[in-house]
Amino acid sequence: MKKLSARRRHPLAAVVVLLLALAATGGLYAAFAPADKAQADDTAQSLAIQEGMKLYTVGCASCHGTGGQGTSDGPSLIGVGSAAVDFQVGTGRMPAQQPGPQVPKKKVIYSQSEIDQLAAYVASLGAGPITPTEKQYSPKGADIAKGGDLFRTNCAQCHNFTGEGGALTDGKYAPNLEDVDPKHVYEAMQTGPQNMPSFPDSTLPEQQKRDIIAYIHTVNSDEAASPGGLKLGGFGPVSEGLFGWVFGLGALIAVAVWVAAHTAKAKKS
Amino acid sequence: MSSQENPRENVPAEQDAAHGAVKVADDPFADPGLPAHKPRIQDIDERAAKRSERAVAFLFTLSMLATIAFIASYVIFPVDKIVFIWPIGNVSALNFALGTSLGVALFCIGAGAVHWARTLMSDVEVADDRHAIAAPPEVRAKVMADFAAGAEESAMGRRKLIRTTMFGALALVPLSGVMLLRDLGPLPEKKLRTTLWAKGKQLINMNTNEPLRPEDVVVGSLTFAMPEGLEEDSHDFQKQIAKAALMIVRIQPDDIKDKRELEWSHEGIVAYSKICTHVGCPISLYEQQTHHVLCPCHQSTFDLADGARVIFGPAGHALPQLRIGVNAEGNLEALGDFDEPVGPSFWERG
Amino acid sequence: MSTTSETNRKAPAGERVADWADGRLGIYSLAKANMRKIFPDHWSFMLGEIALYSFIIIILTGVYLTLFFHPSMNEVVYEGTYVPMQGIRMSEAYASTLDISFDVRGGLLIRQIHHWAALIFIAAMLVHMMRVFFTGAFRKPREINWLFGFLLLVLGMFTGFTGYSLPDDLLSGTGVRFMEGAILSMPIVGTYMSFFLFGGEFPGGDFVSRFYSIHVLLLPGIMMGLLVAHLILVFYHKHTQFAGPGRTNNNVVGMPLLPVYMAKAGGFFFLVFGIISIISAVASINPIWALGPYRPDQVSTGAQPDWYMGFSEGLIRAMPGWEINFAGHTLALGVFIPLMIFPMILAVIAVYPFVESWITGDKREHHILDRPRNVPTRTGFGVAWLTWYVILLIAGGNDLVAIFFHMSINSITWFARIAFFVGPVLAFIITKRICLGLQRRDRDKILHGRESGIIKRLPHGEFVEIHEPLSQEELYTLTAHEQYKPAEIGPTVDENGVRRKVKLKDKLRAKLSKGYYGPDTYIPKPSVEEFKEITGGHGHH
Repeated sequence: MKKLSARRRHPLAAVVVLLLALAATGGLYAAFAPADKAQADDTAQSLAIQEGMKLYTVGCASCHGTGGQGTSDGPSLIGVGSAAVDFQVGTGRMPAQQPGPQVPKKKVIYSQSEIDQLAAYVASLGAGPITPTEKQYSPKGADIAKGGDLFRTNCAQCHNFTGEGGALTDGKYAPNLEDVDPKHVYEAMQTGPQNMPSFPDSTLPEQQKRDIIAYIHTVNSDEAASPGGLKLGGFGPVSEGLFGWVFGLGALIAVAVWVAAHTAKAKKS
Repeated sequence: MSSQENPRENVPAEQDAAHGAVKVADDPFADPGLPAHKPRIQDIDERAAKRSERAVAFLFTLSMLATIAFIASYVIFPVDKIVFIWPIGNVSALNFALGTSLGVALFCIGAGAVHWARTLMSDVEVADDRHAIAAPPEVRAKVMADFAAGAEESAMGRRKLIRTTMFGALALVPLSGVMLLRDLGPLPEKKLRTTLWAKGKQLINMNTNEPLRPEDVVVGSLTFAMPEGLEEDSHDFQKQIAKAALMIVRIQPDDIKDKRELEWSHEGIVAYSKICTHVGCPISLYEQQTHHVLCPCHQSTFDLADGARVIFGPAGHALPQLRIGVNAEGNLEALGDFDEPVGPSFWERG
Repeated sequence: MSTTSETNRKAPAGERVADWADGRLGIYSLAKANMRKIFPDHWSFMLGEIALYSFIIIILTGVYLTLFFHPSMNEVVYEGTYVPMQGIRMSEAYASTLDISFDVRGGLLIRQIHHWAALIFIAAMLVHMMRVFFTGAFRKPREINWLFGFLLLVLGMFTGFTGYSLPDDLLSGTGVRFMEGAILSMPIVGTYMSFFLFGGEFPGGDFVSRFYSIHVLLLPGIMMGLLVAHLILVFYHKHTQFAGPGRTNNNVVGMPLLPVYMAKAGGFFFLVFGIISIISAVASINPIWALGPYRPDQVSTGAQPDWYMGFSEGLIRAMPGWEINFAGHTLALGVFIPLMIFPMILAVIAVYPFVESWITGDKREHHILDRPRNVPTRTGFGVAWLTWYVILLIAGGNDLVAIFFHMSINSITWFARIAFFVGPVLAFIITKRICLGLQRRDRDKILHGRESGIIKRLPHGEFVEIHEPLSQEELYTLTAHEQYKPAEIGPTVDENGVRRKVKLKDKLRAKLSKGYYGPDTYIPKPSVEEFKEITGGHGHH
């Protein structure tokens, strides 16, 4: 079935759209983004760019082209910014392993310093969203309730009430947000990876992003409380119904069998 | 056996033969009758019976202890205390303690009673005869005669005028009740056809409560807007937002396939109703690469790059588009209301 | 009726109270018929009890919840103890549900017991109904009680739906919005009905209080009445039983109400209550604090109703988006068709007993239950219906199925669209074949005995397994069922050579009857002659 649906859409169509969308994002951003930081020109930065270029040539160029201009296998990276690289490589999505409806989260294969170098190189190809600092994404002191409200307006439609994830069309999906690094959540909102739309600072300011991150952490992390007991995946009535049938009715029927069964008879001796 | 009012040739008569409780040597399939009662261990061994008695008493005692535990938990645990309980997770201590103690208290009463019934009460099977449900013919005849007498005495049959007017009165009187339902709500009139949007109303970002500017909306982003003047604490906020909620995306003008959509957009910024045309869920699962938007309720899928036409699912028509432009202050504004009713289809929609 | 106490002036207090009551209520006559009433033992006869007891639990906990719940849609700003909601605008209904969950000690437990018991109540009713269906317990004289039970199921579904909507949270609000859309799709009256139900435009400020009186008063009141009638009929008809030695159509074999069933059934109430309490202690249900208050412009993925409404959700998800516009009117078939199929799916199973009795023409009382395998057509039909139901449940949860099994939501929807038509047919055919296979096995067992697992070597070297002959009890149990012959139209030409007119109805009936009881619907039971011929030798061939 999966094959069927995958065949229905031409694989190249997605790539073309992806290319255009990414190029457009970068282009627009370049037009409107404040261009102050991009010019920081110290030697450490250019060193990082050089190292990043080496890593890029080995790990990324086969799909994204030698200068990041993109190929039929991968979109152009000009103007995607360091935040996009930090998100894609930092969550293991890149380098991608195999084509499919969506590139999944995997084990991260680069160290954080290598990711930084890659990001520096890609950022040097064209200005784009910059990797956020901790001050930008730290949930400390944020308004959890406001974050919840924003989450339900902007995010819950795909990621579910508490960020458990959900299905999209043709096998695509919005992933579970449990224990995702706040930095990556921030970068995802900023850059709009894959089919996720972006929520730039102009429409969802930095403070509100922090509120959202704080809300996610409160309701969907290791420390999140589920006062009522097992949260059954947080998927609502479907998993509750399944649990009610299997464990609720199941246990009751097991007891009914015991109640109605004949008591063991004394063995004839 | 039941009175066979209507025996048919296709109904086998075998069932009646089943009453032969005597072992018929000729018929290997005959009913041998109720088997003799076999005693349980408890019936013949007093020590086993004692063990059962102790088990039942133990269960009842456990129930008493659990009730005490319930009361103690109610007093001891603060209502907001969260504890980690493996493998359940971080749960309310009070809920867990009350639930398990109540559960044990109740379960043990039940288990005790059932164990008592199973092991100590007599388990000799008894047969009870059934009696036909239908009344015997003489009873039936008596009832019919009584009814006929009653009907005759009432003169219902003869005095047709009484009968007719009585039925008329009884048929009409519930209409009062139906009438009273009229004021459950106002008439629909044109209420479903209009929203708060009107020419010149600015698009207010639902996150920041500020007017949106075209440069705020980048390609690939998703933003939600409400009409200027609507506040979250307005008395009719829920009612108005149920129709006016707006979804704003920016698409490269070259990618927009529908001519009218492009015309009604502002440099590729398109504003569509966020309310699904199927049954009204706030549709907004926007895939920025495919420009598809999916409804989480019933999976209607719309193509925002092609006039929001339906490409999958149960929705019957495209999402209504709001025509937008930029006002003198450089903010996005509506150039009128939606030109068709938003939300689910209804009979008068046309 | 001796109600005087002069015979023994020193009667114990209990007896004196009973005498007093009998003088006014006539309880002794009632007790005479019922105190030692016999109930047969079988676990499947207790499914209805699970439903009954969960209903009682729902009423008990529901009354407690009404002490704290405010059925009002007035907007308030939350200032309770649950941090992620502080400062959020919400209706009083939602705020009071948060209070029940976080500020009333034990309130969360009672809420969870109420909701879990509701899910189990309807599940138990459905399973109970299936037990009655597959064993043929709906046959005369119990058809009316079948209808009472069916109405209880339907009313239970709607009581559940209205209750689920009361907290005015984002999930249930989405469900109510769906309901509004469904009502709007009705031709001519839809818009008016929607305005009357919601007191104007959706969501208005009325539906919570209106649903509240429907949920706590109207529907439970009707259900209570039906339930009492259902139980009275169970007592009056006496329970059915499975065939077995000494168990005939004219008796009921089991143990008396007092004391055994008093203890077993009474104890079972506590067992059910206990298990539901423990489930409510360990598993969260409908955590409304995680869902947020309802706003018509907000939504979450995974928006589903409780399971018992799942099949209607499936219908609407699988439906293609058809819509007709004509003469200034719109008919939203994409919503309206599922809305019409919804009651049909329920009605199909509800009218089944009447259809079957029409086809068989059997007017006798039936108190001995069928084994499902011995009635392959009915069993096949029941499994087909269940398959239909389950396919719709899958379609109703297509987004979660897609997530769990890494599939495309579109493929699952297409699967459901096709399976909706094909699935029941396949299920019917397969079930019938399995039933016939089981009948064949029974026949073999009767004629050749049970496989003992003991291998014997014959003098010439052949290995054979010894088959033990069945006891007479077992032989009787396996052969006690009837095998109908199909009804015939009868000769179409009478003795004078005049053609009789055969009504279409009779033709249809004969045809259906053939499909029901024709030669390929059963394996003939062994006759006495066959049995003697085969067992006359020694046990097996």
